[in-house]
Order: sequence, then structure tokens, then C-alpha cells
Amino acid sequence: MDVYLPVAEVSLDIFVLLGIGAAVGFLSGVFGVGGGFLLTPLLIFIGVPPTVAVASSANQLVGASVSGVLAHWRRGHVDFKMGFTLLMGGLAGSVLGVWLFTLFARLGQIELVISLCYVVLLGVLGTMMGIESARAILRRRQPGAARRKLHRHTWMHGLPLKTRFRKSQLYISALLPIGLGFVVGMLSAVMGIGGGFLMVPAMIYTLGMPTSMVPGTSLLQIIFVAANVTMLQAYTSHTVDAVLALLLLVGGVIGAQFGTRFGTRLRGEQLRFLLAVLVLAVAAKLARDLTLHPADLFVIPTDTRG
Amino acid sequence: MTRWACLALLGLSALSPGAARADGLVADLSSHLIAITTGFTGASVVLFGAIEGPADVIAVVRGPERDVTIWRKDKIAGIWANAESVTFASMPSFYAVAASRPLPDVLSPASAALYRIGTGNLRFDPKSPTAPDRARLFADALVETQKRAGVFSAGHEKIAFLGDRLFRTTFSFPANVPTGNYLVEIFLVRDKDVVGGQTTPLVVSKVGVDAAVFDFARGNSLAYGAIAVVTAVMAGWLASLPFRNT
Repeated sequence: MDVYLPVAEVSLDIFVLLGIGAAVGFLSGVFGVGGGFLLTPLLIFIGVPPTVAVASSANQLVGASVSGVLAHWRRGHVDFKMGFTLLMGGLAGSVLGVWLFTLFARLGQIELVISLCYVVLLGVLGTMMGIESARAILRRRQPGAARRKLHRHTWMHGLPLKTRFRKSQLYISALLPIGLGFVVGMLSAVMGIGGGFLMVPAMIYTLGMPTSMVPGTSLLQIIFVAANVTMLQAYTSHTVDAVLALLLLVGGVIGAQFGTRFGTRLRGEQLRFLLAVLVLAVAAKLARDLTLHPADLFVIPTDTRG
Repeated sequence: MTRWACLALLGLSALSPGAARADGLVADLSSHLIAITTGFTGASVVLFGAIEGPADVIAVVRGPERDVTIWRKDKIAGIWANAESVTFASMPSFYAVAASRPLPDVLSPASAALYRIGTGNLRFDPKSPTAPDRARLFADALVETQKRAGVFSAGHEKIAFLGDRLFRTTFSFPANVPTGNYLVEIFLVRDKDVVGGQTTPLVVSKVGVDAAVFDFARGNSLAYGAIAVVTAVMAGWLASLPFRNT
């Protein structure tokens, strides 16, 4: 059954959209990330214009994150102070990101920028995660191996504006979460992702937050950054398709519940290794598309096709 | 518009919407409105009519005119990127031709050029100064790209005659049909020359919920964004309710 998406101006099968929502929701439930990094490429793959895919994914993300935060909040796993500190950077970053998005769209390069961002980020992150989780799996097999030092003092701990984050048991410079929020906010505007797959490792490895607090806190700030991106995209580029976002959300919420249950049966490092493989597969596919001789040398960007 | 001037010169001014008559030619569309609703997957419109005496008929459907930018990809540092572009002013966003016989057999090249019949005879007008051979290259690519997108007809539809006088043909519009006011021109052709013609309008428009959403998204974009966010928040909250106790 086809449904006409009013802003995307294409007809797509409603079950395909619900299915994509459910599949991405399932993965996000398993891995505890938003799944935006898979959603946007998938939407582009089935024929949604890239600009609409990015903006509508942000809209979908608002709903998915609300659902996720509520689940973590009931377990007491949300650090509100840390979340709002990240958010300060995130809002500023997303304003810059949307501005960059409109600039590149005007230059006719937005689709290239989106693809390049994905290839670089997914490639680097997938490699890092793959190495880290493979080591963890190997370490488990050799119980005598040395453990990582718990706290290492680096330049980051010398920054001013030291703040105490009671819930996360941290005493670090507020500039760190603000800067992290800024970078992730900017990327989320350009790439249509919540940045969970960037934020989560950065919060664990760079900020040193306890793993249990990370997903809920990351999702909390993603709600606001994604809401901000949705508003800005709706206002500046008119590319938010609310019908598309709602359909994805319906599938996503159901998928996430099954994913969460499935995820609890797997061990952490195995989960991270699987996620790394998935991330690298997406990056490889996108990289291949960029370097392969295109079938059509000429393109008419959809926003000028009329 | 030169097209109108040409028709007016021949004394063939556009008549009232709907059925119209010119020298020995009457034609109309099965519908003057293509309504894009939630279930829209494309539409067909039947053009039908009658002529007096033996002649050929050619019909042209033109979508609303827009500036179109076409990019050429080039390999830059191993990556295929949009390298250079040409913007053509006032290109029809949809273009389809139907004829009772293959076009070269029916119409002289001069007449085809005069009435802009066939994708090769469209007026390609670059918005910034462009070398003629480069403009030609991009113009040809534009036609090819639009054909693949389904908004320019690849060859031309066949106009079928029932007996000597009645004719009909079907124009197909894909799901990605541009919205706006279309113009359908019907030409009566004898001895490879246009001897009569008429025009009739066709409107492609979003209706119902889709039109409301689209208009709201454009006209009231801040409120639309706010509603999109609130809807998503509500949906996320509602979705978490059944799982509250697990």
C-alpha cells in the first residue's frame, strides 16, 4: 500500500517505511544508540530526497529519544546536570550545523557532504570500536591480563570551569561536555542523526562517565538538539516531512522494545563488536558509492526539479 | 510568451477552459484536475477529440515553468562530486508529446522548432553566459535526466484514430509529477505544417490532508516545526506507557 509523503513529494510503500522504522528501532534497542546513522542512509536508498531524509530523521529522533529517556529515567539512570551542560553546546552546534546545511545545499554539494561525513565518522568509529571490543573479548579469555588504569590525568583535566556532576561522580571542566555537545549538535544537523553513536563512546572514554548513566543522559540532550534541528530545518529549508517521521516512529517504537529485550541476552563486548561490524558495513557501502563511476554523470538536485 | 504569440498570429487564441474548437478540431481531456491524495501513485488523463477531413494530430503537455540547475559530476581526489552546473531559465517541469504518426513523418523540422514540439526543440536559455557547445551538452543531459525521472516523455505517445475522425490518447503522470498549472496544446497538421490548434488547461494539485500539510509547512514553517516536534514528543511518551512496569 503506497502512501504519498506531502513534503518529500514521493509515494512509498507504507509497510516498507514501518519496516525500516522497526528494523532501526530494533537495532537501537539492542545497541542503545539512536539508530539515526542507519535510518538516514536507508531512507535515501529507498528514494527519499537526502535533504528530506536528514530533516525528517531528526524529527523521528525526538519521539524515539523521549521514549528512551522515560525508560532510563524510571531506573534513575539520567544525569540531568550533565545532560543540560551537553545541551548548551548542542544547541549552539545545531544552529551552526543547520546554517552549514543550507549553505552546502545552495552550493549543490549537500549530498556529497552528507555522504562524506558518514564515511569518515562511521569508518573511524567502527574501526575503533571493533579493535576495542575484540581486545575485550580476547582479555576475557585470558583472565590474567593487565587491566586498564582507571584514571589517567591528561590536559583535559587542567581546563578551567571545574564543575561537580554528582550523579556521574565526576569533577571535570564544564568546557568538556559543552565542547562535546557542540560537535555532536553540529553533526546531527548536517547528518540527521542524534549523534548517540558518537556521544556514547565519547562520554565513556573522554568524560569518564559511568556506563549505566550514559544512554539516558545522551538521549536526554538528543531530545532537545533534535527538536532544535527539526524546528530550524522546518523554518529554513522546509524539508521536515512530519508524516514520514510519524510512520518511522510507529515502527521504531515497536522495534525498540523487542530490541531491548534481545540486547539483554548478549554480552557487552559482543554487542559492541557486532555494532562495529554493522557500522563498518554501512561506511564501506557509502564509500563504494562515492568512488564508483556513477551511472549518471549529470544530476538535477531534487529541490530544483520542481 | 512567444508560444502564445505564435498561436495568436495564426488566429488560434486560447479558448475557454474545457472543450474548445478550432478549424476542424475539437478536443478535450477526461479530467482537468489531477488530484494528489495520500494514496497517489501516478495518474492518467485521456485526451480525446475529433477532426474534419484527413489530417494528423499532435498533442503536447507542458508543466509549469521553473529554473532548473543541472550538475555534472567529476572525479575530484578519487571521489565523484558535483563539479560544475548550468541553470536554465523557465524550463517546463513536465513535458510529453503524443502524435498520430512518428514525428518526423508528420511535421517539418521548421514547424516543430516554431511550435517547440519535441524535447530537442525546447528553448534552453542559460541564466549566466555559457559557451554554446557547453550549453548544448548540459541541455541534452537535462533532457536525458528528466526522461529518466519520468517527467519528460521518452519517445512520444501514439494518438490512435477510431475511423477517420475520432482520436484519443492517454498521458501518464508519475507519482513525482510536479504540481501547478499545465497547458495541453493540440495541433492539427496537414502536409507537414500546423494548420490549426487549440489549448486546454490541466491542473495538478495536492488535495485534502497532503495539501494542508504541504501548505502549512511552507506558509507557517515555524508553527509546522513546533507541531512536528510536539507530535513526536507525544508519540514517544504514548509509546513508553504500555512498557511502564517492565
